Amino acid sequence: MYAFDYQKPKSLADAAAALSKGGDAKLLAGGQSLIAAMKLRLSAPSDLIDLGGISELSGIKVEGASITIGAMTRHAEVARSKDVLAKIPALASLAGGIGDRMVRNMGTLGGSLAHNDPVADYPAAVLGLGATVNTNKRKIAADDFFKGMFETALQADEIIVSVSFPVPKRAAYIKFKNPASRYAIVGVMAAETGSGVRVAVTGAASSVFRVAEMEKALAAKWSPDAVAGISVPAGKLNSDMHASAEYRAHLITVMARRAVEAAK
Amino acid sequence: MKISMNVNGKPVSAEVETRTLLVTFIREHLRLTGTHVGCDTSQCGACTIHMNGHAVKSCNVLAIQAEGADILTIEGLAKADGTLHPMQEAFREHHGLQCGFCTPGMVMSAVDLVKNHPNPSEETIRAELDGNLCRCTGYHNIVKAVKAAAANM
Repeated sequence: MYAFDYQKPKSLADAAAALSKGGDAKLLAGGQSLIAAMKLRLSAPSDLIDLGGISELSGIKVEGASITIGAMTRHAEVARSKDVLAKIPALASLAGGIGDRMVRNMGTLGGSLAHNDPVADYPAAVLGLGATVNTNKRKIAADDFFKGMFETALQADEIIVSVSFPVPKRAAYIKFKNPASRYAIVGVMAAETGSGVRVAVTGAASSVFRVAEMEKALAAKWSPDAVAGISVPAGKLNSDMHASAEYRAHLITVMARRAVEAAK
Repeated sequence: MKISMNVNGKPVSAEVETRTLLVTFIREHLRLTGTHVGCDTSQCGACTIHMNGHAVKSCNVLAIQAEGADILTIEGLAKADGTLHPMQEAFREHHGLQCGFCTPGMVMSAVDLVKNHPNPSEETIRAELDGNLCRCTGYHNIVKAVKAAAANM
């Protein structure tokens, strides 16, 4: 790991000021992706701005028909939150399946979203549940947030504060894990929300995406059979040592069917 | 940069580089070498310690992130008089180790597991230990040990 300067601001305003100073500063949340990348020298920030000292970034609040989760809330906290378990069990189950238990004790919602790893789980929750990403500057709809591989709509000096998840009528997330890394080879969030049916796929392409054809079929009839015959073209899907594009295309249909079946 | 924390109940402080990993601080500065470095890529779990009561992989945490934290390593698990923690005793009793390299991480992880799942089924134990790898593949006895320890914790 290359050397870097470190600071731990006490407020969001101080963090934003530090981030806008230029250089190649990066925010440190749980560090479960960033520190690993820095150790491999794939990432070499000039400064790390540790968000661990800003208490307003953590916590889970039920606000009417949605649950707002602070950006620094750990995966393990989301997985065992009574509110999340009661209102959006699909989200609790997704959070409880990220990485392993030790990673879940450090990793954060905001960190995962800002990183936007193509095989991460949380992007499927945010896009599939139609959540809103709240930053220190604005509110970003899930459909506008994910821009591509490791790319988001976040500006250079923008910080995720929290994410608001509308409570769906029913939803489930099912993933086919890489047996070694536990990353999603394909993960599908299927949800019937107040604003329509949403199906989001992670792990399969350069970034999380929705499957309009499945959404339409499920809107007409919410049943596993409705998606069983729908497949996503393999053309734009990832192909690697773990799975070919054709296999991923096949898995999307299977995971979608299982997600619809499991939805509650 | 100066950091201070409590390790196994004792206050410690030291001057470290910002890039110092928590596991490096524990092993090389504090000379507590019971915490192992296996893969160094946050996969094997040999470096598992408790930070503020939660199991974390100390090879994937910066020492400065643990500023002010309560850290528990394998050295701090037994009582001062040498009486083993029920988890350590169960690993001994059920032969939950072969070469022993993964054992400190397995034990620290298993203590955290039982804290969160007081009466775990075999299935739960296997699923929740998926962040700890045993290269001897001695999982059967590890699972037995965790189940037995859970009854005594």
